[in-house]
Amino acid sequence: MGFLDIDNVTKSYGAVQVLHRVDITVEEGEFLVLVGPSGCGKSTLLNMIAGLEGISSGEVRIKGRVMNGVHPSRRNIAMVFQSYALYPNMTVGKNITFGLEMHGIPKPERDKAMRNVAQLLQIEHLLDRKPGQLSGGQRQRVAMGRALVRNPDVFLFDEPLSNLDAKLRVDMRIEIKKLHQRLGTTIVYVTHDQIEAMTLSTRIAVMFDGHVQQLGTPKEIYDSPANLFVATFMGSPAMNVLPVRLEDRNGVLHALLTGADGQERALAMPHAPAACAAYKDTEVLLGIRPEAITDPEGADRNARTIQPMTNRVTVIEPAGADTFVTMVLSGRDCIARMRADASVEPGRDFDFAINMDKAVLFDPKTQTRIA
Amino acid sequence: MADMTGSGADFRTRLQTWLPKLVLAPSLAIMLIFVYGFIAFTIYLSFTDSRMLPSFNWVGWQNYERLFRIREWNIAMRNLAIFATLYIGISTVIGLALAIFLDQKIRAEGALRTIYLYPMALSFIVTGTAWKWFLDPAIGLQNTMQMWGWESFTFTWIKDREMAIYTVVIAAVWQSSGFVMAMFLAGLRGIDNEILRAAQIDGASNWNLYRRIILPQLRPAFLSAFVILSHLAIKSYDLVIALTGGGPGNATALPATFMYSYTFTRNQMGIGASSAVIMLLTIAAIMVPYLYAELREKK
Amino acid sequence: MAVPSPDSPVRTARITRVFIYLFLLLFALFYLLPFGIMLINSVKPLSEITGGNMIALPREWTIQPWLSAWSTAQIGVQPTGLRPYFINSMMMAFPAVILSTMVGALNGYVLTKWRFRGDTIIFGLLLFSCFIPFQIVLIPMARILGILQMAGTTQGLIMVHFVYGIGFTTLYFRNYYAAFPTELVRAAQIDGAGFFQIFWRILLPSSGPIIAVSFIWQFTNIWNDFLFGASFASGGAAPMTVALNNLVNSSTGVREYNVHFAGAIMAAGPTLLVYIVAGRYFVRGLMSGSVKG
Repeated sequence: MGFLDIDNVTKSYGAVQVLHRVDITVEEGEFLVLVGPSGCGKSTLLNMIAGLEGISSGEVRIKGRVMNGVHPSRRNIAMVFQSYALYPNMTVGKNITFGLEMHGIPKPERDKAMRNVAQLLQIEHLLDRKPGQLSGGQRQRVAMGRALVRNPDVFLFDEPLSNLDAKLRVDMRIEIKKLHQRLGTTIVYVTHDQIEAMTLSTRIAVMFDGHVQQLGTPKEIYDSPANLFVATFMGSPAMNVLPVRLEDRNGVLHALLTGADGQERALAMPHAPAACAAYKDTEVLLGIRPEAITDPEGADRNARTIQPMTNRVTVIEPAGADTFVTMVLSGRDCIARMRADASVEPGRDFDFAINMDKAVLFDPKTQTRIA
Repeated sequence: MADMTGSGADFRTRLQTWLPKLVLAPSLAIMLIFVYGFIAFTIYLSFTDSRMLPSFNWVGWQNYERLFRIREWNIAMRNLAIFATLYIGISTVIGLALAIFLDQKIRAEGALRTIYLYPMALSFIVTGTAWKWFLDPAIGLQNTMQMWGWESFTFTWIKDREMAIYTVVIAAVWQSSGFVMAMFLAGLRGIDNEILRAAQIDGASNWNLYRRIILPQLRPAFLSAFVILSHLAIKSYDLVIALTGGGPGNATALPATFMYSYTFTRNQMGIGASSAVIMLLTIAAIMVPYLYAELREKK
Repeated sequence: MAVPSPDSPVRTARITRVFIYLFLLLFALFYLLPFGIMLINSVKPLSEITGGNMIALPREWTIQPWLSAWSTAQIGVQPTGLRPYFINSMMMAFPAVILSTMVGALNGYVLTKWRFRGDTIIFGLLLFSCFIPFQIVLIPMARILGILQMAGTTQGLIMVHFVYGIGFTTLYFRNYYAAFPTELVRAAQIDGAGFFQIFWRILLPSSGPIIAVSFIWQFTNIWNDFLFGASFASGGAAPMTVALNNLVNSSTGVREYNVHFAGAIMAAGPTLLVYIVAGRYFVRGLMSGSVKG
C-alpha cells in the first residue's frame, strides 16, 4: 500500500465511460505527472482525487484512508488550478489564509503560517495586494502559497503553467522542481505538455482515451514506449515511425526500408529483442527518434550498433543549437538531428549515422512495442 | 457540479448535494403554483360558464366559439395584427438605421444614445399621457400648427375610428425603437473588424459591406428584437388604456384590454379566460421555440 | 473625400456624414419633444396651455401645477394629490425588488455552480415565466389574494411582483455567474468553505454589477407596472401609475393639463433618475433580457 492509492478507479457519465480502471500507487515524496492530450481524462482523474468529482467505481486512498465520498476539504489535499483561482475580492494574504480560516485555525496561527509561506515563496511584499494587481508569475506563486500553507498530504496541480508565457513557464517549472526537492512533498501534476512531464516528474502516467497507456519513469517512457501513442506523444520533434520489413541476413536481424532514390536500405539490429524473431519476413513499424539519426561525426560513441546510411535531404531547419534535417524514407518524412555546423544542403545526398540501440519496433496491428 | 452521492459519503458531502436543491425548491414551488398552476386554472376556467365568480361547470368549447363571434374580439385581433406588424417593422427599421448611423464615429454618441433610449425607462402610462395630449387636435400638434399660421393643418387620427390604432403605433414606436437601436448597436460592435477590413480589401463598397457582410451577421439581433417586440405587442395594455382607453368606441381595443374588460368589468370570466388562453398560445408559439433553441445552444 | 477613422474600417464621405448627423438630430428631437413639451407646459398656467402655443416657453412661470399634483389634486374621489400613491409605489417597489433580487442571486448560484440533473429544465420553466402574458394569471391571482386577505393591499402587490420577478432576476444572475470561474468555487471547496460561505464570501463580493442590473430592472418594471396595480390595488392602495391614470382620465371638471403633466413627470421621475444615474446597468439589463441563455 502506497501513500496515495488509485485503486481500479473508473468514471462514467451515464452510459459513457470516460476513465477505464486506473490503477496507480504513488509513494510518499513522489512527483507523479499525468500527461496526455485534452480529453484524455487526466483532469477528471485529478478532480476525483481532490473530491471535486465522484468516483464511479474503485477506491482512492490517502495514507490508507478511503477517500470516496469524503468532502474535498477533509482530504488534507491542496490544489493549484490552471487559472490559479485566486479569490478576486480578497488580498493575497486573505487568499492564502482563507482555507485555514475555514478550518477554524485562530488568527495568530494563520498569520504565522502565512508569513512563513510568503517568505518561502518571496511574496511578502505582495500580501496586501489584490490578485488583479499581480502579474501572471506572481499569481502563480500566490496560488502555490495558498496550497502550501495548508501543509497537505498531497498537492494537486492542474496545468498550473499553461497560462504563462514561454519564458516564465520555464522559470516556474524550475521553481516547482526546487520546491519539491526542498519540501519532499507528494505531488500529482496534470499537464498536456510533454516537456513539463519529462522535466518535473519522478514518474509519468501517459493517458489517452480514458486509459493509462504507460506508467513509468521519464527514462522508461522515453526510451521504451509501450506503444505507438506513447512513442509519438512524448518527445519533440516526434519519434519517426517508418514501415520496415524484417529479414534475417547471416543470422542478424535487419530492418529493410526504401531510400528517397527507391533503393533498399538495410539496417542491422543485432541487439533487437528476442520477440522480434517471430516477426521475421513481415512488415513492422520502426520507431527511431530524431536524435538517433545524426551526421557520422555526431554519432554516440558509446552506442553498440551505429549503421551508416546515405539518403537525399529534402529540407533543412537550422534551429540554433541543432539543425533538423527532413528526408523521405519508406515514403514517409523522417527527421534527423544534426550538429549545428553539419554541412547539409537540401537536394543533395548526405551520409547519416543511425544509432540502432535506440530503435524500437512496433507491431503494426496492436501498435504495441515488440519486446 | 458533481454527483458525489455515494453510499459512504460523509455528512458534509451529502449536505452539499441536497442543499442547492433545497435552496432552489421554494422558487420552483412558487413557479409551479403561481405560473403553471395558475395557467392550468385559467385554462380550466376557459371551459366553464364562469361569470362574475369562477364556476366549475364544464361547458366545453362554448366560450371559444362565442369568443370568435364577438365583434370586439375580432376588432381586437385585427388591431393586434396591424399594431404588431407596424410596431415591429417600424421599430426595427428605425432602430437599425439609428444604430448604423451611430456606429459611424459620431460626436456625442453617448448623449444621443441616452436620448434615444430614455423612453424605455418610462411607464407606458406616462408615454400615453404625453402622446394623448400631443395628438389631441384641440390643444396639441394640430392646434400649434394652426396657430403658427398653417390653417389647413389637420391631424385628428386619435379621434378617428379608422386611424386611432396608428396613434398607438406611433407612441409605442417612440417608446421602444431606442431599445432596438441599443440591441443592433451591440450587435454591430460585436462584429470583428478584421472581417470588414478583409471585405474592403476585396473591394466591397459601403453599401455592399452592410448588405452582404454586416447585416447577415446581425441575424441574432434581428431575432431577439423580433421576439421581444412581438412579446411586448401581444401584452400591450397600459399604453392603450392611457392613450385612447381603447376608443374611440372600441376602435383601439387589443386582446389585453378585451380580456380585462370582459373579466373584470363585464363579468364574463369564462370568455375572459379563453381570450387570455389565446394570448398565451400566441406568445408561446413565438417564445417556446426561441427559448428552446437558446437553451440548447448553451448546453 | 474620405474621413479617416482609425478604428472602424467603414469610411464615409463628408456629404453622407452631414446627412447622418441631420438624421440623428431629427430623431433626437422626436424622442425629446413629447416629454420636453410636457415639462414646459407643466410650469404654465392652464390658460396659457388651452389658449396658447405648446412649444412656447411659459410667459408666466408657476409651480402651482406641481404643488397641486403632489398634494391637492382629485384622485378618484379624494383630493389627496399623488403623494400617498407615490409613497405606495415606493413601499411596494423596494421590498419586491430586494426580495426578488436576493432569491434570483441564490437561484443563479445554484443553477451555475451546483448543477444537477434536470437543472436546465427548471431554468427553462423559470425563463418561460418571464414571458407569459400576465392576463393568464390575473383571475387566479385575484382569487388567491382574496383568500389570503391581501386583495387591495400593498403587501399583496409586493407578493405579486416578487413572484413574477423571480424569473428575470434568476436569468440575470445565472448568466452572470455562468461566466464566473468555477475553479474559484472548487478552490473554496478544497479550502473548506460550505455552500453559503462560498456564495457569501466568494461570489457575492464580485456581484456588484449584476446586483445593480437586477435592482434597476426590477425597480423600473415594478414602478412602471399598471396591470397588476389596476387589477389588485385600486383605491387607497393603488400605485403611482394607477393614480396617474385616474388623475388624467377622470371625466369630471375642467381638465387641468398642467397638473396632469406635473403628475406624469412625478410618475416618471424615479425611473428616469435611475436611468440617468445608472444608464449603463439599465441598458445591460435590457440586453440580457433579450440575449438569453
